[in-house]
Amino acid sequence: MKINFEHNQSAHCENGVVSNLLKYNGLNVSEPMVFGIGSGVFFIFIPFIKVNYAPMFSFRPVPGFIFSRVSKRLGFKIKRHKFKSKAKAQQTLDAELTKNNPVGLQVGVYNLTYFPDEYRFHFNAHNLVVYGKENGEYLISDPVMPEVTTLSHNELEKVRFAKGPFAPNGHIYYPTQLPQDVDLKKAILKGIKQAYRHMLAPVPIVGFRGIRYVAKRIRKWPDKIGVKKTNHYLGQLVRMQEEIGTGGGGFRFIFAAFLQEASEILENPKLSELSKEMTVIGDQWRDFAIDASRLYKNRSRETDAYNKIADKLDAIALAERAFFLQLKKAIK
Amino acid sequence: MKKEEVPQDQSSFSHTNMKEVVYAVDKEGKYGKALSSGWEAKTMALNESLELIEEKVLETVQKIKQGELSPIAYYMEVQRMDPVVLSGYVGMWQWRVKRHLKAKVFNRLRERTLQKYADAFEITLSELKNPKI
Repeated sequence: MKINFEHNQSAHCENGVVSNLLKYNGLNVSEPMVFGIGSGVFFIFIPFIKVNYAPMFSFRPVPGFIFSRVSKRLGFKIKRHKFKSKAKAQQTLDAELTKNNPVGLQVGVYNLTYFPDEYRFHFNAHNLVVYGKENGEYLISDPVMPEVTTLSHNELEKVRFAKGPFAPNGHIYYPTQLPQDVDLKKAILKGIKQAYRHMLAPVPIVGFRGIRYVAKRIRKWPDKIGVKKTNHYLGQLVRMQEEIGTGGGGFRFIFAAFLQEASEILENPKLSELSKEMTVIGDQWRDFAIDASRLYKNRSRETDAYNKIADKLDAIALAERAFFLQLKKAIK
Repeated sequence: MKKEEVPQDQSSFSHTNMKEVVYAVDKEGKYGKALSSGWEAKTMALNESLELIEEKVLETVQKIKQGELSPIAYYMEVQRMDPVVLSGYVGMWQWRVKRHLKAKVFNRLRERTLQKYADAFEITLSELKNPKI
């Protein structure tokens, strides 16, 4: 069977799946809208947790948070299933498909056969939609891919039961009971409020303070841990910022797109102005990535170079602080 | 980012015809989706991390030849795992997996335990015992 499901390529998998599933169920919200209502703009630096031999940086909340916030703020329910048994996981999936219900799946990336080799890491919080089954092959709509694709029963089972941190355990989910009319304005305001609260949080590793903290560490790293490790850490930061799914500039451009849309819905021209400022900040992040990539290309040993990009990061932190303070004022 | 500034550099997925979505503004300043074939700054960051994996594999091979580490360590690195991920796949505690990375401990392991590792790496028992390194 094949459900008449519209595939829209998106920047980010979670927002894309949510946006596509909601559209199928008759609620037309764009990807930036989902991102904004779910307060997706974020920054956190966790120096004591190491991922891939480098400290953890993240430009977005924990996987799954955006979806649950959106459901709460738009007033629909999500049905979720997780499984111990692989057979049960498949039965439930097949049963939903026969009910003509496309479902979201959390999967591991490493065994996704259609991904380029370079992108196959043990990252378990990727999301895609299954919208049918034909000749024993599952029909897959992966929001970061340009076209729909298929996975065999075994291939799908493998990615659904990937192991390690965030192991999906066959996790499937779908929205139920969509409300008759949605109060988009209220949801947008809630999303914005949480966004600036987090970005201005009085916690040294979160929001603009987190960015400043990274800048401070970059100045010390070359002496403390050596140039090679510093470059690797910077590489990690750039990867988190620019990897598939961010829409560029560490999600800052998606957030700017959201503000532009929100400005029209709320009839608040200030938000449109702020959208432009966020675009400038996104460009600053891109500049930072270029400078960082020059460092690990040339393997330059002058510590001044590191101070210079730390200055850039400091400037970004300041700009984001000013931005979110303004955003707070704009919706008062 | 303006639409005409969206980078169209060579990248790891250029050969697959795949493009990724980014958000950018058009001439009127309106946001929309744009496709990018890749960006050099980002490809370099990715390559840097892939090089690190290769270095780790070479290091591990050295240590196996010196009789320090077990073939499990080799397959773990090649498949981009770490002890946390591997312990999930074999269903053992992390500290046990970490012990099994040592050559001395590995040589005393039961077939049943070895089979679990072979299954996790999707290789045969003999491949696990005699890796081609």
